[in-house]
Amino acid sequence: MSGKVITITSGKGGVGKTTASANIGAALADLGYKVVCIDADIGLRNLDVVMGLENRIVYDLVDVVEGRCKLRQAMIRDKRLNELYLIPAAQTRDKSAVSPADMRRVCDELRKEHDYIVIDSPAGIERGFQNAIAPADQVIIVTNPEVSAVRDADRIIGMVEAEEKGPAQLVINRINLEMVERGDMLAAADVLELLAVDLIGLVPDDQDVIVSTNRGTPIALDNKSRTGEAFRNIARRITGEDDVPFVAMENSNGFLGRISKLIRSGN
Amino acid sequence: MPPEVQIKGIREGLLISFSQGDWPDVEQALYEEIDHRGDFLKGAQLILDVEDRLVNAAAMTKLRRRLSDQGLSLWAVLSQSPETERTAQTLGLATRIHEGEADEGPGRAGDEGEEALFVRRTLRSGANISHPGHVTVIGDVNPGAEIIAGGNVLVWGRLRGLVHAGAEGDEGAVVCALDLSPTQLRIAEHIAIPPEQNGQPRPEMARVQNGQVVAEPWEPAKVLS
Repeated sequence: MSGKVITITSGKGGVGKTTASANIGAALADLGYKVVCIDADIGLRNLDVVMGLENRIVYDLVDVVEGRCKLRQAMIRDKRLNELYLIPAAQTRDKSAVSPADMRRVCDELRKEHDYIVIDSPAGIERGFQNAIAPADQVIIVTNPEVSAVRDADRIIGMVEAEEKGPAQLVINRINLEMVERGDMLAAADVLELLAVDLIGLVPDDQDVIVSTNRGTPIALDNKSRTGEAFRNIARRITGEDDVPFVAMENSNGFLGRISKLIRSGN
Repeated sequence: MPPEVQIKGIREGLLISFSQGDWPDVEQALYEEIDHRGDFLKGAQLILDVEDRLVNAAAMTKLRRRLSDQGLSLWAVLSQSPETERTAQTLGLATRIHEGEADEGPGRAGDEGEEALFVRRTLRSGANISHPGHVTVIGDVNPGAEIIAGGNVLVWGRLRGLVHAGAEGDEGAVVCALDLSPTQLRIAEHIAIPPEQNGQPRPEMARVQNGQVVAEPWEPAKVLS
């Protein structure tokens, strides 16, 4: 088996990388794949909290890299899904504790026994980001429909291309439906026009996400949630499933309807 | 003993000359030298000094193609043989270089035939292009990207980043784009912040008129002056 390494990054902080990582990882595992999530945000770890695994941490990524434990020992099995694991970041160190070569080595070992390795990248364009994309086979950029986040996404896409990890794929997160209807939010079409990359997900702004992250239960596992469905759809697109519809988050004449048509027409 | 290949960097590019030997030997030695240096020479503009060796059109065409396969461009062939010189001219190659004595005054970058940098990709935020001559981009220039050019800037796409044409003081420089909506536009010493644009974008050209940067819709009748 040779698993695929998917790095989730954004440039800007606070756009929802960690939430996306936890949910995409959970959704992939829910589809029956063997998944490992790696928190590459050393010093500011969060993924363990969002996945609800904080209290089980014994060893972390830095322990693996520095040889204090075996890779297997740092892998925390998820409470709900048998084939979902987390390798947490160290909280007491910083980004320099790990090198891009270390990340490639860890991922090469994980590839042997897992289908997907999902890496949660830290914000920024420095060492932490370099570490996170070094082993990537596929890079997913998370952005929000606002100018500053899009600007940073553009920069990151350029850097991903320069590292020859492209073409990156885009998740537009936190689309506020009321604001969209009022015309107060940057349209997803504008975002796509500027960034000129493939769209892999549209995720609505949803207060339930905050509740679920606080509780440590990825919303992707809630079958009733539309936001969860948006993440599950991303996972299905990652697995190569064609024609996964973009969730109709409003009536189909609205702009998301238009966008999904735009995308399905092969854009 | 194989001919020795000398490579010297001059303003126009890399000047290549040979110690002795006939063309076929010299040609072979050049290929070996290029293979040996690998990517180091990639993208370079070459000036070949063949002295009085006779190089016919077929040989020169072959050489040019072979060099371009390696990512090198043959710009000039210098020769004391009138015949070789004529061949080079027929193939559109330069046969004279004016080492170091070219005029450097303002306006130079606007001269015809001046070298331009050709960029065939979208420049994303953080990208930076600096070039003493003209810059041509096929693709978009996104906000956060920068182009600094000594000459004109032409963007076949949306220009939304920062652009500085005539950066060495050439007030005659222009900036053209299919959609001219830069974050900031500079020509020589003049700085302009274009107003928000509404409606359908159209091709425009910006230039300095009466000490101000003005942008006008492109009309086919207008020629670069």
